[in-house]
Formats: sequence, structure tokens, C-alpha cells
Amino acid sequence: MRVTFTVNGRPETADDVWEGESLLYVLRERVGLPGSKNACEQGECGSCTVYLDGTPVCACLVAAGQAEGREVRTVEGLADGDRLDPVQEAFVECGAVQCGFCTPGLVVQAHDLIERVAQPSDAEIREALAGNLCRCTGYEKILDAVRLAAARKAAS
Amino acid sequence: MDFLQPTTWAEALAAKADRPEAVPVQGGTDVMVELNFDLHRPAALLDLNRVAELAEWSSEPDGRLRVGAGVPYVRLIAELGGRLPGLAQAARTVGSPQIRNRGTVGGNLGAASPAGDSHPPLLAGDAVIEVESAARGVRTIPAAEFYLGVKRSALEPDELIRAFRMSPATGPQYFSKVGTRNAMVIAVCSFAIALHPGERRVGTGIGSAAPTPRRARAAEEFLAAELDWDARLDPAVLARFGELAAQAASPIDDVRGTADYRRHAIGVMARRTLTWAWNEFRSGHFERRAG
Repeated sequence: MRVTFTVNGRPETADDVWEGESLLYVLRERVGLPGSKNACEQGECGSCTVYLDGTPVCACLVAAGQAEGREVRTVEGLADGDRLDPVQEAFVECGAVQCGFCTPGLVVQAHDLIERVAQPSDAEIREALAGNLCRCTGYEKILDAVRLAAARKAAS
Repeated sequence: MDFLQPTTWAEALAAKADRPEAVPVQGGTDVMVELNFDLHRPAALLDLNRVAELAEWSSEPDGRLRVGAGVPYVRLIAELGGRLPGLAQAARTVGSPQIRNRGTVGGNLGAASPAGDSHPPLLAGDAVIEVESAARGVRTIPAAEFYLGVKRSALEPDELIRAFRMSPATGPQYFSKVGTRNAMVIAVCSFAIALHPGERRVGTGIGSAAPTPRRARAAEEFLAAELDWDARLDPAVLARFGELAAQAASPIDDVRGTADYRRHAIGVMARRTLTWAWNEFRSGHFERRAG
């Protein structure tokens, strides 16, 4: 089947999509956006987190056809040209990236948190990121990055 | 595989009548896992996301709430948490924020897993499931009659789940769940309680400790007979309630826990949730909060 939707503000059409395919597969293999990572395929790890009509979801659990006509924003759509989003900058500055595999999902999920909650408490950060697994960092530097991004956003 | 995408409820019922083997998909948080792991290859997917009315809830003339099968957990928590506190507590324990943004009570009912988090509070709160087919119209099924076996429900192949109906809480409600961490956990076992002070009755629901979610009926009957609603909670009554709740479970050993552990934990959670609910009831806090 054909799926037509908007990705990072651009209209995209994917052809020959299998009806049981996930949005994640379409993004990575058909649209050429490999930022969203494919790991658990069961919503456990959060590595494939994208915005679907403004709401963060696991792209691996959205059927491709469910994205028809809708707006998707992936990690590739957060930066403004060469200027990283403040959440991305904070992840770099705080050393919140090690192997980097979980980073795109964490960045999108953290981006949503500080859009909704201006100055999140540590409990709110932990709750928001509870569905994103990182096996390298031990999470402390990720928490630092989210605190920094939130503080900068609040100050700006 | 076919991808059916009705935009109205009538179209959805017609599609299900025409293709009873089609698997309904709402948030996809269960259905897509089975597809991704090649555990299930349905002949068709029936996407219900476009049926806008499924994502709505309303207050009915009889005072009950009617919650569409497509209302995601995140909205249930935000919009109905005060009126359906037990169900909202359970909803907060479902998966992660990303899962709660997509997952629905309707999907939980459709999957009918004994471990589904919605089921115990639906049982404790006397929820009724509204299902419909093109051929026979609407049928309502009390939650206690909905679950028939492991991942089997009373839903007929040509029927779709439209909504559930439940009265706003008239007393404290609590949900407790055992798992290995505080998020992203399938219940090892779970327990829900709902006080119905007007009827001097207590509702219960057991999760993940029997082939189906079920009520602890003997424990409910015991409380209906023995609970003194104008006094502090009698420790002997509390202990017996825990024993009867544990006896109502018929768990198995599996990767998440042993049958013995589950039976023990159900007793503990039954005592704990009754204590929380009773303390809230006696403090008058619930009445003040409910206004």
C-alpha cells in the first residue's frame, strides 16, 4: 500500500508498504531517516520515540497506515539547520551521549517534557524518561542534560 | 494482509462483520508487538484511530461515565483521574509515557490478558463493557463476565468494543501492583479495591494471578458481612480479608514469579489497599476531595 504523510514538515510518500509494517520501518528504510533507532520492537526501550501529531510515541508500535495523512517529527527534525536544538546541545555539553544508540529517543522525549513542563522536578524528569533505556551512561549525565536544557529554555 | 481504515463507527462495524478475522488496532501497543515478532499474521488489521467518537467520553444521564474504547491512558489520567481514581492509578503504571500516550482501556479489554492493568479496577468498580455488532446491535457485558480465559473474552468475532461504563467513585479506590521496577513492568500480580460506602460494600479485582482477571468474591462477601463502617479497621477482619483474597487467586509459576509468591503477594496487597482505602474513608479526605 501507499502511505503519504508529513515528516519534519516535508510531505513524504512511501510505496509498497506492507500492511503490518511499523512507522519506524517506514521512516528508516523507506524515507531514509535512520535517526530513530530500531532496538526492541516492543515499546520497551524508547529508542524509536518520535512525535506523531505532536505526541511522543514509540514508532515501532504505530502501524504505518495509522500515520497516513498525519504529521511526524523525528530527531532529525529538531535542529534548525546547522543549529542544534537546546536539548541536543545540552546532551553534548553534559556528556550525556556515550554509544549514542538511545540518544535520539531520549532527546525527543526530553524535548517533549520541557515543552510541556517549563521547570521539571527531578521526579518529573525521571517519570518522563522512564520508558527510555540507556545501557552506557547510568542516566546521571542524561538527567544533568535535561536540567540544563530546561534551565536554558526557562531563561530564554 | 489488508489494512482496513474505517472513518465512522458504522463503517467499522460493517468491516468487522465482513471480515470477522480482522484484528482491531487502536494504539498498537499490544497488536504491533505481535506483528513485529511475527507471532501473529492476521489476514487484516482494522485500524480504529480514525473513528473519532471512540476517543470521546461523556457523563450519561444515569450519572455513569461512558468512556470510548479509544481514549488513551494519558487522557484517562488527566481528565478522569478524580472520578475514576482506581483506574487512573492503574493507568499510571502502564508502560511508559510513550505507551500511555497510545494505549487504551479498549485495547486492554480486546487483548484480555490476565496481566492487563485496567482489569482489576474495572472489576472492583463494577464496570460494564459496551460492545456492538452490525447484526445484533449493542450488548453490555459486566466486567466480571467479560473475561473467559487467558486472552479470551466474551467478545464475538463480529463485535467491536465501543466503550466502558463506570460510575464515578463514591468512596476511596486503590490499585497496587508488584513488578521488578517502577515503570515498564508487566504485573507479576496486582490488586484493586473500591469502597462503595452507600451500599456498605467493597469491590475487588485480582490481576495476573489466575487465568483471567477476577474478583475475590468470598473476600467481598466477608467484608459485606463483617466490616463495621463506623469503626476503625479490626485487625482480625483485615487479616481474614487478606487470606480470602489470596485464596481467590489461582496463579501459576512463570518467568515473572511463582504461584506461591503471587498468592502471598495478593494477600499482602489486599490488606494494604484496604488499609489505605479505609484510612482515607475514615479521615473524611475522600468526601472533601470529591466535594
